[in-house]
Amino acid sequence: MQEFLQQLVNGVSWGSIYALIALGYTMVYGVLQLINFAHGDVFMLGAFFGYYFSRWTKIAQEPTLLGFFATLFFAMAACALVGIIIERAAYKPLRARPRLTVLITAIGVSLLLENGGQLVFGADPKFFPSLIPESRLYESASLVVSNLPVIILTVSIALMLLLRFIVMKTTIGKAMRAVAFNREAASLMGINTNNVISFTFLLGSALAGAGGILVALTYPKIDPLMGLLPGLKAFVAAVLGGIGNIPGAVLGAMILGVSETMVAGYISSTLRDAIAFALLVVILLVKPTGLLGSRVGEKV
Amino acid sequence: MRKWVIFGLILAALSGCAKKEDVIKIGEFGGLTGSTATFGISTKNGIDMATEELNAAGGLLGKKVQVIVEDDRSLAEEAASAVKKLVTQDKVVAVLGEVASSRSLAGAPICQENKIPMVTPSSTNPKVTEIGDYIFRVCFIDPFQGEAMAKFAFDNLKVKKAAIFKDSKNDYSVGLAQYFAETFQKLGGQIVAEESYFEGDQDFKAQLTSIKGKKPEAIFIPGYYTEVGLIARQARELGLNIPLLGGDGWDSPKLTEIATIKKPGDALKDCYFSNHYAADDPNPVIQDFIKKYQAKYNEVPDAMAVLGYDAANILYDAIKRAGSTEGAKIRDALAQTKDFPGVAGSTTIDSARNARKPLVVLKIAEGGKYEYTATVNP
Amino acid sequence: MKRLLTFIGLFVLILLANRFLPEVIDSYYIHLLTLSCINIILAVSLNLINGTTGQFSLGHAGFMAVGGYTSATLTYYLGPKLVLALDFLPAVLAKNFVFLLALLGGGLSAALLGLLVGIPSLRLRGDYLAIVTLGMGEIVRVLILNVEAIGGARGFSGIPAYTNLFWLISLTALTIAAVTSLTNSSHGRAFLSVREDEIAAEAMGINTTYYKVTAFVIGAFFAGVAGCLFGHYLQLLHPNSFTFIKSFEIIIMIIVGGLGSIFGSVIAAVILTLLPEALRYLGPVKDWRMVIYSLALIVLMLTRPQGLFGTWQPDFRRWWPFKKLKPVS
Repeated sequence: MQEFLQQLVNGVSWGSIYALIALGYTMVYGVLQLINFAHGDVFMLGAFFGYYFSRWTKIAQEPTLLGFFATLFFAMAACALVGIIIERAAYKPLRARPRLTVLITAIGVSLLLENGGQLVFGADPKFFPSLIPESRLYESASLVVSNLPVIILTVSIALMLLLRFIVMKTTIGKAMRAVAFNREAASLMGINTNNVISFTFLLGSALAGAGGILVALTYPKIDPLMGLLPGLKAFVAAVLGGIGNIPGAVLGAMILGVSETMVAGYISSTLRDAIAFALLVVILLVKPTGLLGSRVGEKV
Repeated sequence: MRKWVIFGLILAALSGCAKKEDVIKIGEFGGLTGSTATFGISTKNGIDMATEELNAAGGLLGKKVQVIVEDDRSLAEEAASAVKKLVTQDKVVAVLGEVASSRSLAGAPICQENKIPMVTPSSTNPKVTEIGDYIFRVCFIDPFQGEAMAKFAFDNLKVKKAAIFKDSKNDYSVGLAQYFAETFQKLGGQIVAEESYFEGDQDFKAQLTSIKGKKPEAIFIPGYYTEVGLIARQARELGLNIPLLGGDGWDSPKLTEIATIKKPGDALKDCYFSNHYAADDPNPVIQDFIKKYQAKYNEVPDAMAVLGYDAANILYDAIKRAGSTEGAKIRDALAQTKDFPGVAGSTTIDSARNARKPLVVLKIAEGGKYEYTATVNP
Repeated sequence: MKRLLTFIGLFVLILLANRFLPEVIDSYYIHLLTLSCINIILAVSLNLINGTTGQFSLGHAGFMAVGGYTSATLTYYLGPKLVLALDFLPAVLAKNFVFLLALLGGGLSAALLGLLVGIPSLRLRGDYLAIVTLGMGEIVRVLILNVEAIGGARGFSGIPAYTNLFWLISLTALTIAAVTSLTNSSHGRAFLSVREDEIAAEAMGINTTYYKVTAFVIGAFFAGVAGCLFGHYLQLLHPNSFTFIKSFEIIIMIIVGGLGSIFGSVIAAVILTLLPEALRYLGPVKDWRMVIYSLALIVLMLTRPQGLFGTWQPDFRRWWPFKKLKPVS
């Protein structure tokens, strides 16, 4: 029983990491219907921005809570900037083009960030400083809960609620929903769609940056390819929950995280990835638009 | 159409301007980008250093040595392309590489077919040198390291119940795990759990929790430092405080850096791994190498750099002894390599073209320092 | 009669090429030709699924892996016995007969997987289908990693080197011919109609289910054949060669060439195979090879979003010696 609880804790904390990345995916998708494959790499950049910033400002040597927030803020701001640059330079010129074209550009950007990252940062893994020291919240013979997963989970849920608030209650959120619903009509209604899309990228990339920092705290090995797999899995999670749906992304991420952990812990660790994907296939076959996604009526 | 013409012209121009210089060309292929780039780059650093030293000392057979490096993006098919280019376009006299056995297996048939000797610094799969009589290696093969660590765990650490945690995407790790398990059981020990992960994974808690439930006395983790550091952290986080054991893939200054929770390397304190050399060995070859490497690259060498350095030096020594750059003569000289004083121990090439050399077991002590514990001879 | 003679002529020509080309051309260029041919088969077959039928598949590497591993298992475990049983034939014929069986086995096993993947496509659209195909590809790869008999994580080595220019050239030609004539037939119009508007197609009495699954099955078959050629050329198969990144590479080829243009797929497959190799000759900036590659991709997409050739298709039918196909207007 205790071991099962431990696995559940492991699964939820791993799922909350997927959730952090999946949120950004799902937002961009909701507004642009674009699978932003570079998202996982922006997440990687977030970790590296934090790494260099904390070393340069000497926060890494003497970690304080203030220093941690400064690092987090810097990484988020830098990633937001990168996100806007990527959107303006690589996606915006293709706005009127088929989605597949933009998708290939997104893959191109992703390759560029990965290969460029290997040249600029070096291919060897870096050690991310412990900005928040690890401590035990609960400890018994066979169940251990430490602070970092709890922090990550809290942050993901807080971000989800914040996003939900922005999208549902603010003017810009309303504009985002309008653009998502029908870009042309929204633009006819006087909404500056370009600004809305840029804002979405800003928000999504800042989230990825925050994700990079938080993940690097728990898994302090960072390298230029670290965004590849979590990025893909987070995307799977977003689809699982119904892509474009914010609570769906968190739900999908949790299901993926917990099922991966359970499979690795109880069935076979080598089959983990296969079973995670098999689960996805089954869920999508039963509910083709994801758990919380809604089917948009097709126009003839 | 125009793009095609331009492309063709560039290709023609580039292939036409290959200069004929008085140098000995050696080819090197490795994953300088892609999933295992960090090992490819370390190997390249080691080879570069050996070559620079050689050229500073006057080169080989009165000529300078030029190493042509081709990247294979850590992919087998690209490795074949790279070796094909090195052998047929650059006309290299010998080839150095690769780290991963799968890529060495893709490149070796091409070298064998063209009768170009190939020396792999760190491919441990026994099949690599079975490709043919032009293929050599300068590292241990899987059985030796796996057996040595099993004996060490059983005899020296008195472990009776061990768990194995291997990287099932990595043939090196799978091989070591297999031979560790065989030897350990033969000695009378018991393998209580066998779990696996994939290179590039970040979360290992599920498997570690499962291992913890089986109550082993030690865990053998034959993997690369890139994951082992994180595994050690997460094991300690879960309250799994037993010794972890590993192979030469652990050897990197990054290992203890990543495995730091409060004090340097504390997550790996009192853990053991097998390696090619001990950094505290007073042997001048080793001390000299470490000092020069640190001066040049500003970091402590890892196992890949050491093996790259040794592979290049063994090859250069063979060419010197052969007195010729002819493939067959270099091969014969390589096959006769005996007690070559490398950084990674005194190397002898056996009849199966594998290296025979002793290994050392290192202990990770207070402050993340490696301490020499034992030597195992083949 | 004329048709038969043309076929025999082509056959002899390819046989001659197989015999003499390796002696005239440097083996490095033969190597590049081989990789190009394999990529052409992959791109053209994916174009049938993605370009013509509009089903967004990200699992082509999975089909290739299944074909490659199945055929390698056949030649590695059964091949030697078959060659012995066929000792009344000349050795060359026996070897090539075994390889033909392997090619068929590889293609059919991949087609079977294509059938399996095609069925979800009845319910799933767009990105959801994409992610399911991607998932299938990854499942295949993880399963391969777990089977020790075919090498598992160590890779499947010791595969006989059966791939030669004869099989490469003729199978590349066969793939192009099959997909082209399929696209230009009335079936082809049905595939296109599924892409353009499924509901309208259904209303016009087209069995969209049938065409979607057919596209998957045929596309997967040729991907399996490509996998077989790949494995028997490298003499090694490794699960790392079949990650989703490989699927991306093939998608990139068909989009760069122009979605729906078979001619474009062929050219793009060749360019994208040669580009990373050509960049090896960059000299001092060689480290930037893959950065330049990805930049080139982005710039190309920005400047020619419809791909190099758009949907333009040269009218090869003028040279086609057989039944004149009437262009459908």
